[in-house]
Amino acid sequence: MAKLRQAAIYGKGGIGKSTTTQNLVAALAEAGKKVMIVGCDPKADSTRLILHAKAQNSVMELAAEAGSVEDLELEDVLSIGYGGIKCVESGGPEPGVGCAGRGVITAINFLEEEGAYDEDLDFVFYDVLGDVVCGGFAMPIRENKAQEIYIVCSGEMMAMYAANNIGKGIVKYANSGGVRLAGLICNSRNTDREDELIMELARRMGTTMIHFIPRDNVVQHAEIRRMTVIEYDPTAKQADEYRALASKIVNNKNFVIPTPVTMDELEELLMAFGIMEVEDTSIIGKTAAQLAAEAAAA
Amino acid sequence: MQAAEKIKPCFPLFRDDDYKGMIARKRENFEETFGKDKVADTFAWTTSKEYQDLNFKREALTINPAKACQPLGSALCGLGFKKTLVYIHGSQGCIAYFRTYFNRHFKEPIAIIADSMTEDAAVFGGQKNIHEGLANAKALYGAEMIAMSTTCIAEVIGDDLNAFIGNARKEGHVPQDFPIPFAHTPSFVGSHVTGWDNMEEGILRYFTLNSMEGKEPGKNGKINIVPGFETYLGNYRIIKRYMKEMGVDYTLLSDPEEVLDTPADGEFRMYAGGTTQEEVKDAPNAHTTFLMQPLGLDKTRKYVEGTWNHEVPKLHIPMGVEWTDEFLMKVSEVTGKPIPQSLALERGRLVDMMTDSHAWLHGKKMGVFGDPDFTMGMVKLLMEFGIEPTHVVCNNGGKKWAKAMEKLLASSPYGANGKAYPGADLWHLRSLCFTDKPDYIIGSSYGKYIQRDTFHKGPEFEVPLIRIGFPIFDRHHLHRMTTLGYEGAMYVLTTLTNTVLERLDDQTRGMGTTDYNHDLVR
Repeated sequence: MAKLRQAAIYGKGGIGKSTTTQNLVAALAEAGKKVMIVGCDPKADSTRLILHAKAQNSVMELAAEAGSVEDLELEDVLSIGYGGIKCVESGGPEPGVGCAGRGVITAINFLEEEGAYDEDLDFVFYDVLGDVVCGGFAMPIRENKAQEIYIVCSGEMMAMYAANNIGKGIVKYANSGGVRLAGLICNSRNTDREDELIMELARRMGTTMIHFIPRDNVVQHAEIRRMTVIEYDPTAKQADEYRALASKIVNNKNFVIPTPVTMDELEELLMAFGIMEVEDTSIIGKTAAQLAAEAAAA
Repeated sequence: MQAAEKIKPCFPLFRDDDYKGMIARKRENFEETFGKDKVADTFAWTTSKEYQDLNFKREALTINPAKACQPLGSALCGLGFKKTLVYIHGSQGCIAYFRTYFNRHFKEPIAIIADSMTEDAAVFGGQKNIHEGLANAKALYGAEMIAMSTTCIAEVIGDDLNAFIGNARKEGHVPQDFPIPFAHTPSFVGSHVTGWDNMEEGILRYFTLNSMEGKEPGKNGKINIVPGFETYLGNYRIIKRYMKEMGVDYTLLSDPEEVLDTPADGEFRMYAGGTTQEEVKDAPNAHTTFLMQPLGLDKTRKYVEGTWNHEVPKLHIPMGVEWTDEFLMKVSEVTGKPIPQSLALERGRLVDMMTDSHAWLHGKKMGVFGDPDFTMGMVKLLMEFGIEPTHVVCNNGGKKWAKAMEKLLASSPYGANGKAYPGADLWHLRSLCFTDKPDYIIGSSYGKYIQRDTFHKGPEFEVPLIRIGFPIFDRHHLHRMTTLGYEGAMYVLTTLTNTVLERLDDQTRGMGTTDYNHDLVR
């Protein structure tokens, strides 16, 4: 048996983590790998393209129904989708109540105790909500869980800011354990010189941009049908992009403790690529009237 | 009236006329109570079958749960290791609760430390508390090992003990090689039994996971014994005595017998006795590992089987004749040491005692509540004594327990009217005691409210509590007794028989009415 590899996918909300993860996993499954996805997001939308479903019954949802997690069986929460991919959603509370982080902890503990990580799996992917906002969302990168982390980002300021922040989170765990940053995945937003920018950010963070996924409407076409591109149109050019990403991840050996950059460095980088204007400190804190007066005086 | 020369405690003081008057006035003027009739009617309703049906439909509420939370269990486990400081990562209040719980049961000082998580720790994570806590604990208390577990607050915010302890070492708050086994023990999952199991697994893992090379079952000729959440000190002692009499070399994996029973000789012992680190490290070399509470030690079993490659014997808790026989025979089989005459003699004495008391116990109906393995062992004992177990309540027992209990009840005609109630609490048991009255219930001190309530309905409805279990707060020194083995069965038999006889005396001392049966010889 090849050793089970566990990977966590992080990134700013809305960046396309779930879509990227599912297409990537579908490409791995197509190549004959045994894969499991663990959705770590209360929205529970990490497996819908694999299962062709709106949202899978999540661990927490079923636990709430049954009274406690101890009353659940593995088969209640585990669904099999395209290419034999095993799918689990941790689930969690409605927005504004409860604790979503605890939901992730509970769900992952449950999977471990029930033996979901069986021996013939090649990969487990954790698709984790937005930023590492609390200890619960760091659960997938604790000891003996995901050892490699991929950050999905694009050439926008907030996405890069989030990626750098996640890097800071990883450092905390990497110093005491085996978790490593394995690369940035650029999910293109068609901004200028996006690939160069992300490569530069990656370089400064001590890692690489493992793949640049161009923007392609076929992703949306597939998504409307609740499918991955791999399944919807295996001949599409975009499918090859996900296959390329999959094969790069299979062969990836570049696992590092990240070196996140400072806020100043990040801003300087953004300015160098023209994404952020050079700051004019002379106008800070001045009202429109003051500025008008200054302009008149000049 | 209270007088300085003769101080009365609250009872009988509050029964004096001045206090009775004051209490009545307070009730009338300030308490806005319902009338006495309404209260009496409502009480009567709660004793009805109709109420019981509603009671068993309860979904979201537990009343008098008859279980405690995980860190209580992890604390007891940690106390059983030599010079080990129990450290619970959480807020002050939780840890004060664990200390007082044990203080009240064992009547001993209990050393457990907290790292006092407060608002800022809940927001920023508890790493700083662990760093400072470990440094202080190490400097102040002379421990050779710290056994760390968690409470709800740490678990909800997702504090990662492995990472935090690792960082504490890296940053020099504690030396690199200072042993700090740990377990995550969220209070809102499982019970004290689960917590004990988690901590045990954490300790065994810490000392053996990365040093299995050259270790193999049978190499040291010993056996390991895992007691589980065990609060009868006599049970630790009887295990030691049996092994000694059999000439079997053993390791008790958690042995708090001494630290929970220190003498008053002028010296405070924060640590006393306990399993040593060397013994734990050597434990994989034992023939195998015996689990005294097999239903409550899933995680430990998995670890021992998976990492130590031990074939863990499938036994029951050694309570009663048959299950003690099984245990001793298995020990004999594994070690090749015969069962000595002294134990055969003890067994014979027990059987003799059982025969002597049988006439008084036969057909008595008793309810039982408590932990999964305790209720199993107690029901087994009752049936061996000829007593009929009726309602068996296990708040921390799940489907697995219920299945095992039903199988056990079906194994004897005495069990025909017995029923297992997994997940039920003492308020459920209260209903059952009204609608289908057992002669007695067996369990912890918390059962005394059922006795009071049933007595309130009328003396003929009273279901007396026999205190065997945990916790026992309102009787002294019972925690020093024994429930395991033949000797344990003798203690239980003696307790049950004499409770039955005392009650009979209570009922038959009416001069000229019932005293025709007020016999000198029973």
